[in-house]
Amino acid sequence: MPVNEYKPLIVAFCCNWCSYAGADLAGNNRLNYPADVKIIRVPCSCRVNPMFILRAFQRGADGVIICGCHPGDCHYTSGNYYTRRRMALLFSMLDYLGIERERTRVEWVSAAEGAKFAATMNDFAKTVAALGENKRLEDLRCKK
Amino acid sequence: MSNPMENVREEIIRRSGVDPKKCMRCGKCSGTCPAYDEMEYHPHQFVYMVESGDIEPLMKSESVYRCLTCFACVERCPRGVEPAKLIEAVRLEVIRASGANHMTPDHVPALLDDEIPQQALVSAFRKYTK
Amino acid sequence: MQRIGVFVCWCGSNIAGTVDVQAVSEALKTEPGVVFSTNYQYMCSQAGQDIIKNAIAEHKLTGIVVCSCSPRMHEATFRKTAAAAGLNPYMVEIANIREQCSWVHKDMPIGTEKAIILGRAAIAKVNLNTPLTPGESPVTKRALVIGGGIAGIQTALDIADAGFEVDIVEKKPTIGGKMAQLDKTFPTLDCAACILTPKMVDVAQHEKIRIFSYSEVEAVSGFVGNFDVKIKKKARFVDETKCTGCGLCTEKCPQKKVPNEFNLGMDNRRAVYIPFAQAVPKVATIDADYCSMLKNGKCGVCAKVCTAGAIDYKQQDQTIEEKYGAIVVATGFNPISMDKFDEYAYSQSKDVITSLEFERLTNAAGPTAGKLLRPSDGKHPHTIVFVQCVGSRCDSCSEKGKEYCSKICCMYTAKHAMLTRDKYPDTEVYVFYIDVRTPGKAFDEFYRRAVEEYGVHYIKGMVGKVAPEGDKLMVRASDLLANKQLNIEADLVVLAAAIEPDKSARPLATMLTASMDTNDFFTEAHPKLRPVESPTAGVFLSGACQGPKDIPETVSQAGAAAAKVIGLLAKDKLTGNPCVASSDELMCNGCSSCANVCPYGAITYENKEFRMPDRTVAIRRVAKVNPAVCQGCGACTVACPSGAMDLKGFASSQIIAEVDAICR
Repeated sequence: MPVNEYKPLIVAFCCNWCSYAGADLAGNNRLNYPADVKIIRVPCSCRVNPMFILRAFQRGADGVIICGCHPGDCHYTSGNYYTRRRMALLFSMLDYLGIERERTRVEWVSAAEGAKFAATMNDFAKTVAALGENKRLEDLRCKK
Repeated sequence: MSNPMENVREEIIRRSGVDPKKCMRCGKCSGTCPAYDEMEYHPHQFVYMVESGDIEPLMKSESVYRCLTCFACVERCPRGVEPAKLIEAVRLEVIRASGANHMTPDHVPALLDDEIPQQALVSAFRKYTK
Repeated sequence: MQRIGVFVCWCGSNIAGTVDVQAVSEALKTEPGVVFSTNYQYMCSQAGQDIIKNAIAEHKLTGIVVCSCSPRMHEATFRKTAAAAGLNPYMVEIANIREQCSWVHKDMPIGTEKAIILGRAAIAKVNLNTPLTPGESPVTKRALVIGGGIAGIQTALDIADAGFEVDIVEKKPTIGGKMAQLDKTFPTLDCAACILTPKMVDVAQHEKIRIFSYSEVEAVSGFVGNFDVKIKKKARFVDETKCTGCGLCTEKCPQKKVPNEFNLGMDNRRAVYIPFAQAVPKVATIDADYCSMLKNGKCGVCAKVCTAGAIDYKQQDQTIEEKYGAIVVATGFNPISMDKFDEYAYSQSKDVITSLEFERLTNAAGPTAGKLLRPSDGKHPHTIVFVQCVGSRCDSCSEKGKEYCSKICCMYTAKHAMLTRDKYPDTEVYVFYIDVRTPGKAFDEFYRRAVEEYGVHYIKGMVGKVAPEGDKLMVRASDLLANKQLNIEADLVVLAAAIEPDKSARPLATMLTASMDTNDFFTEAHPKLRPVESPTAGVFLSGACQGPKDIPETVSQAGAAAAKVIGLLAKDKLTGNPCVASSDELMCNGCSSCANVCPYGAITYENKEFRMPDRTVAIRRVAKVNPAVCQGCGACTVACPSGAMDLKGFASSQIIAEVDAICR
């Protein structure tokens, strides 16, 4: 492995009912995506507090993606609608903070969309890698 | 791809603000049309033929001048398709394609029917009030 | 401090092929809290589970991390293993190093590195886990069915037959609903009354069923297994226990000019009435809007003729409070108003009628004793035009109609057309249709029979205008296939009006915190897999309140709802999901943000006393989560501005710990 190869750090929040199952399906079908993506399981995308995303950026994450059920398909009937609104607000705040818009994303991935999950992660990892390291919000004290 | 009629179709749809895809082909427009018997192509055919891009026959037909623009079809369409506006848009296309209004005032008396209201007046009235 | 055991699974070569399991278990040994770490070929096997059990005992483990396949696969397995060894099952976390690591990455060093990070995140989470116990709540073994149509009747009978008590609340004086008004039923043409009224009698005689007729649900509180319901029993001014249903009062009442709603106003009834002969309960009701005794104290004829002494002019509305374990909504449908469809002249001509009115006109117990006669002049109509889809399948912004297909109209119109041709072969029958939709057992055959055997004229095209002219109705329509316009001189026009949910459904949904779609149909918990349950636990859906349905479908859905209710009532206790929201009372400001986003209505407020440091007592409004109702989505946790709300099992601190561990 080349020493200087930049590998982005990506945190993915996946809802338990659709997107986490979609990620499992990607695994079942052996669809590759970069190991830079680390998944955190949440019951519903609406459990993702915008604070979690800020925390991730503060701790040195280069990209954060939130995956939930498709609109109308939420296991909890309306959770993903909250996600959509909250994240729209958070993203405009991140814009204000100067964090590139491409570092955050909300995607709807159903339990049947393993291929979409892998494709999304590949695309997102490529986008984040192209942006390079996220230094804007990183707390330097967190660096070893 | 570069079908010239495709442009005409787009333009007619844009101009009229009518989405022919909303039509569920119930034929209520033609069922309610007072000028039905005068028309070669009927309101529901206008909607269908514009959607399928088959616009030349419509433009060549006298039907565009037979529509009274009475808006009965617009009023009663369950899907809000507004066929009369589409017919008006085809009519405008004919007029523009010929470079000018191909009817002169001299043509009008011959087209008038004693029993129906004067088309030009009704049409204008509807256009500017609806 | 937790004592955590880490168990790395090889899954044969599924994990071990891409992940150096030995390195993973070694690396995780030094993580905070970890006191034991090992790896094994198949952790889910009996031998693997024994390793876990032994380690729990030997190392006094308080938390477990299994690095293996997806938690969706074996989380339950390992939780059971932990429980068997005396550890709280919610102290187990899974690091998914198969589906989300070894299967999607090919390179051993990369896979190993990621597996270690995923393991670390799980360990960070377990460090903050707390033992959770699922809440238990008792179940009141009684069900409430709201609505006494065929849906409510079938649900009530099925639940009662399983041995549980059922109460039916019906707002009309009798149960029976729309089906009682129908003449014959498609596609078998058996008479509605012949198949419905025996069921109504079964309901009346069932020892487990109580009927609250002429009653409405006024308030609902509580939650699954423990609903408290207030039922308003409207005063009918007749003592139900005394009335024998002899009907003498309904014959002698001098107020004869009351529109008979059972016949949709096509004839009159008296001020004291029994809706129809087979009504259940067969008890008279006095219509307070028309009774002169109740209005101005003059008359009293019914009291004089009643030999049972059942008339009670002083009767008051009564409120009944009862506890229920489950609630079934069966509020049904109504045809939409035709007033806005001016083009069909419904309000101009008596001879333009709806299909439900036609149903009464052909019913032997209807206003014409089953003879098909025009409402205007009582003459036999010779040309009848049926118009389908009136108000159905309209544009979404239509003010007149509904966007959906009402589903039942194609079939009942075919039935009406067929029966008319059968009884009166001299009648010309036209049906104007947009599409004929007959997906159902023996449905299309039925429709084809109407065309082929009975000679009904089916014409593709919508009617544009109906204009009364003299005693005729001029029907103008387009025949789309023949490409011509038709002008038919009709004697009777029948409109297949769209159906909509009953108006009582919307306020009821609010009381039940059950969700509705934009058309006021109740939404189901899952459109495919949980079609008879509402998203609100303990509330079930039966019949047309959930969407347009014909009788066979309604009855099967009613049975399905009953099965779900029986399943619920058969339990002595309900065990909930322990991963529910809970609020820190000390931090809560009582702002209602959480309750506003809760899809289940699980959050209520209470005024609570707090002892302040200076020993004074302050009363504050604080949120309270009902763990039996909460489903654990976590929407409230994010909405809470003060950070008081948290989700057990997915606490903010736990998720942040995972984020930190991944970003380390």
